[in-house]
This record gives sequence, C-alpha cells and structure tokens, in this order.
Amino acid sequence: MNRWLKGSYLGLVYLFFYLPIGVLAVFSFNDSKYRLTWQGFTWRWYESLLANEELLQVALNSVLLALVSATLATLLGTLTAVTLYRYRFFGKKLLFGLLYVVILSPDIVMGISLLILFVSLQLPLGFWTLLLAHITFCLPFVAVTVYGRLSGFDDTLTEAARDLGASEWVTFRRVLLPLLMPAVIAGWLLSFTLSMDDVIISYFVTGPTFEILPLKIYSMVRIGVKPEVNALCTLMLGITLIMVLAAHFLLREQPT
Amino acid sequence: MSDSILQIRGLGKAFGGDWVLEGIDLDIRRGEFLTLLGPSGCGKTTLLRLIAGLETVSAGSLHLQGRDLTPIPAERRPVNTVFQSYALFPHLTVFENVAFGPRLQGVKGAELRRRVADALETVKLGELAARRPGQLSGGQQQRVAIARALVNQPLMLLLDEPLSALDYKLRKQMQLELKQLQRRLGITFVFVTHDQEEALSMSDRVAVMNAGRIEQLDTPRRVYEDPASLFVARFVGEANLLPARVLEQRPDGLSLELEGKPFEAARPQRFEPGGRVHLLLRPEDLDVWSPEELRRQPEYQARALAATVEEVIYKGAEVDLLVRLESGVQVAATAFFDEEDPTLEYQRGERVFVTWPAGWEVLLPFEDAS
Ligand SMILES: Nc1ncnc2c1ncn2[C@@H]1O[C@H](COP(=O)(O)OP(=O)(O)OP(=O)(O)O)[C@@H](O)[C@H]1O
Ligand SMILES: [Mg+2]
Repeated sequence: MNRWLKGSYLGLVYLFFYLPIGVLAVFSFNDSKYRLTWQGFTWRWYESLLANEELLQVALNSVLLALVSATLATLLGTLTAVTLYRYRFFGKKLLFGLLYVVILSPDIVMGISLLILFVSLQLPLGFWTLLLAHITFCLPFVAVTVYGRLSGFDDTLTEAARDLGASEWVTFRRVLLPLLMPAVIAGWLLSFTLSMDDVIISYFVTGPTFEILPLKIYSMVRIGVKPEVNALCTLMLGITLIMVLAAHFLLREQPT
Repeated sequence: MSDSILQIRGLGKAFGGDWVLEGIDLDIRRGEFLTLLGPSGCGKTTLLRLIAGLETVSAGSLHLQGRDLTPIPAERRPVNTVFQSYALFPHLTVFENVAFGPRLQGVKGAELRRRVADALETVKLGELAARRPGQLSGGQQQRVAIARALVNQPLMLLLDEPLSALDYKLRKQMQLELKQLQRRLGITFVFVTHDQEEALSMSDRVAVMNAGRIEQLDTPRRVYEDPASLFVARFVGEANLLPARVLEQRPDGLSLELEGKPFEAARPQRFEPGGRVHLLLRPEDLDVWSPEELRRQPEYQARALAATVEEVIYKGAEVDLLVRLESGVQVAATAFFDEEDPTLEYQRGERVFVTWPAGWEVLLPFEDAS
C-alpha cells in the first residue's frame, strides 16, 4: 500500500514535469493547424520549417553565438577554476563566492545591468553585446564544473610533474588539462545549451542587426503558437537532451 | 668533506608560525643509503620536500655539491622523488609515465625508448610498458614510480615511505630489491620510514628524528646499541630502562646504586654524583636464571637482580618473558633456545634472577617522561 502510494506520487511529479514537453512534441507531428485534437501523423511542420529561410538564418545565428560563447566561456572558466584551485591569494574565497552570485542572480537583474553597462560604454547592441553577455552567464557554470573535478584531484600529481622537470605550463598542459578534459567538455556542452535557449538576458542586450532563435520564437508565439514552432522546439529539445546526456556521461567517475 | 653530496645547515621550516623543523644539520654522503626514521608528524616528509624543492626553506641552507639549492625550483633540481601515493599519471601508460622526465630533457626517438626500456628493466617491469597505472597491482605501481624517478639519473633519489602501502611479504621483498638496486646503481638514497626494523635493515646510516629535530645520526648498529637519548632508545627496538643513582664518578667507570645494590658501570661517562641515570638494556641482552642455575654462575651472583616472572610468551625460536624487579620496575627479556639451555622452562610467579654481560648496559641521562 505504502509502496503503491509512493509510486503514484512519483508518477504524478514526473507527469507534471514531462506532460507539457510531451504534448509539444506530439503536436509537432499533428496533421492539423489549429485543432488541439489528434488528426494523424505528419512531417509537414518540419518540412515547412526547413523551407523557412529566415528562420533558418536566425537558427544559424544562434548556433554561431552558442559555439563562440561556449568556447570562450570554457576557456576563461577553466582558467578561472585552475587559478582558484592552484594559487593561494587574498580574496580567493570571495572570488569563488562571486561565481555563485552570478549563477544565482535573477536573469532579469543580469540582463538589465549588462544593458546599462553596454549602453554606458556606448557599445552598439548586436552580436558583440550578445556574445559578451552569454560568456558572462556561462563562465561561472564552467568554472564550478571544472573546480568540482579539481577538488577531488590528487595534488601530488602536479608535484610529481614538477619533480620530474615540468614547468607550470607543461604541468597544466600535460597533466592537469588531460585529467580535467571530461569536466571541460561537460562545461562546454552546458554553456552551449544555456546560450542556445536564453531568452531574458538576450532580450535586453540584443539589437536589430542580429536575431537569435529564442527571441524569434518568443515573438512568433505572441501571435499564436504555430505548429512550426512546436517542431522547432522539439528539435531544440532533442539537441539539448543529447548534450545533457553527453555531459552526464563525461562527468561520471571514470575508472583510472 | 669531499664525499658529502648534500650539506644541510641550520635548516628550519615553519608553517604559519609553527616550526615543524628546526636546526637540522646533516651531511648526506655520496652513494649512501640514508634513512630518516621517526614517529608520525616529526617532520620527515617536510625535510624530504625541502630537499626536493616542493616546500620553501624558512631558515638555514641546502648545498648540493657546493651549489646553493635555495633559489633553484623543484623542476630544475637534479633530485627525484618517489611519492608515498606513487603519484603516477593515470591518463598515461607506464611507458609514457617513465618517459615523462626524459622527454622534458629533450630526449627523443630511439634514445628515449632505450632509456625507458632500461629503467623498466631495472625494476623488472619490461613487459608492462603499454598498461595504464590503473591496471597494475600496488607493487607494480611502486616499481613504475621508482623507474620514473630513476630514469632521470638523479644525483639523489628521495623516497617517502615507499613501501608502507604494500603488504608484509611484498614489503620484505621490495626492501631487499631496493637495497640491491641502490648498491648496483650507486645513487644516493634518502629514504623515509617510521618502521624501525626497515630502517635498521636497509640503511648505511639512520637519522632518528623527533619533533622536528635529528636526535641521532649514526649507523644502524650504533643507533641500536648506543642510542644517544632515551627517545632513540625507546623508538628503535624494545628497551628496558632501569633508574639508578650515581654514587661516585671515577676515571674508569661509575659507581651506581641500582635496585638498592651497588653496581659498577664500566663505561667512562660523565654524570654528577647524586644525580640519577637510566640504564638501558635490550631484552635479548638479559639472562634469566632460576636460583639453582645462578648458584652455578658465581661470576654473576653479586650483580644478579631478583625478580618474579609475570608473563611467559612462547614464540617458537624464542621465549619472551616479562619479569618484575623488587623495585616494581617491569623488564622484558628474550631467551633463545640453544645448546646451553634447550628447555627454557619458566613458570608464572617463579622467583628468578636477571643478569647481563658486564658492560652491555648503556647509561642515559635520567628523563622523567616514562
Ligand atoms: N602544509 C602544511 N601546513 C601546515 N602544517 C603542516 C604542513 N605540512 C606538514 N605540516 C605539519 O608539519 C609536521 C610534520 O609533518 P610531516 O608531514 O613532515 O611529518 P612526517 O614525519 O612525514 O609524518 P608521517 O610519518 O605521519 O608522514 C606535522 O605536525 C604536520 O601537521
Ligand atoms: Mg610523512
């Protein structure tokens, strides 16, 4: 009885989580433009999506932005984590805490403050401001992910490398980085998905010259949810799912 | 001194105001097997790390072949370390682990392969070059760690408790192999352990450390037979300590009062009359006699100390006895089965007499820390 109750409770929670996503995915294959009842299976919406050149351009923009910002955020975030781990300096704890402030601060606050910053620096809003903003909110995630792996790290490995004649840089490249690689790649995947689906912060710092997918979808939806949007979202969901699984797989404890 | 390779003078190390190493003076000789022996936390690892350059010196100096080591970073010191945890690179094969050092020296191609193969051959691991550390047993990892250090042809090899993670049998075997290796290669070994048996059996010299200082630096034999302090006596081997009072100081010896009887110590050591001393006696130095046996040993009769047997522990080739002297001091004695005494029958509660060969006692200043 008790077990039965627990089981159905868990079932309800997951239903609550996944029903909307499931509905979205199902309707992206529904052969009806307006009705919310099942009219049969179709690839129609995916076909019209692929024929929509404007939308594809915007999607390409998003992918480009996500690629560049994830890569730069991963570089900077990894260096941040290694610095925080390797060196003792004044204010280190504070610096580490500030990473979490960025992670936890509401998107709307970040969006507005970045906008104020860019405007006061007189940066034209567009690709570059979006890039800077995305690096900003991705970096702490990378840093925290990589730092997590570092904190389980055997210090004597870097000491052994030095003892064998490796400079700081060689130690980083030949010992630290290879062992951190799974966390670095996981950080990159995380950044990529974060960048791909950010709406709020992007909304504040975007300009008319560079449209990105989440904002485009947002504006399309305001007129009404078209099945193409369902199809698009289902595609994005698929990509995200693959990325999350890949990150999870890479962060598993590896037999050494 | 020309045969000294590393000169350590007044070396000290403080961690945030706490001095964990102080006033270390040590000359390490070329080609010797030197062991740092001491209880946990006495600073053995710290001393090794100072030599390796993995810690910065707080006081004093280190000179390797006359060259000041202090400004030279760890990566440019011609010494290598075998870490207690082995610290093998898990993402590299055995070959690449060993090749790590030579590669950084610019060794390449056939020469690199030859040197790595030689090093692996030295530790009898030739056929495992393609494995990863995770696929090796503890003993094999240990050998890789040694090969990885030796391949760089260091002036000194520093080993921090390299055998402590191995089981008893493997440890015995590796002790022998390490010793043979050191003799064959002629490299100076500085070996850290807190196992006194290991220290005595492997080393040319032993530095016994206590609370950040070196208490005695000597051959294993002299450390055991002629300890410089009560600490060394107790730490190295089992020790019986008998308190005594100095009656008279003479040029050729010392008159003592021991267990309420006069006792003549042969060693010309200086102690103040009226002061107290400790007599150190190893269990295997003591003979335990029954009253009838003692009657047949006239030369011992005057010096024999009366005691009661409290515990008899049979150990195969020997018998360990715990006896209590009349003053209440408990003493351990080891008796061996041999042609003189093939039976060794002792009963608990039996009245016996304890003696030792004249002059075998070691006199140490009295310390109350019992
Ligand atoms: N990085 C450090 N910071 C602060 N204190 C330290 C540090 N390293 C060592 N110590 C202290 O220095 C003292 C000596 O440590 P060390 O590791 O040299 O001892 P050890 O003789 O090697 O002991 P063990 O046999 O347990 O390995 C200890 O009291 C230890 O707590
Ligand atoms: Mg230690």
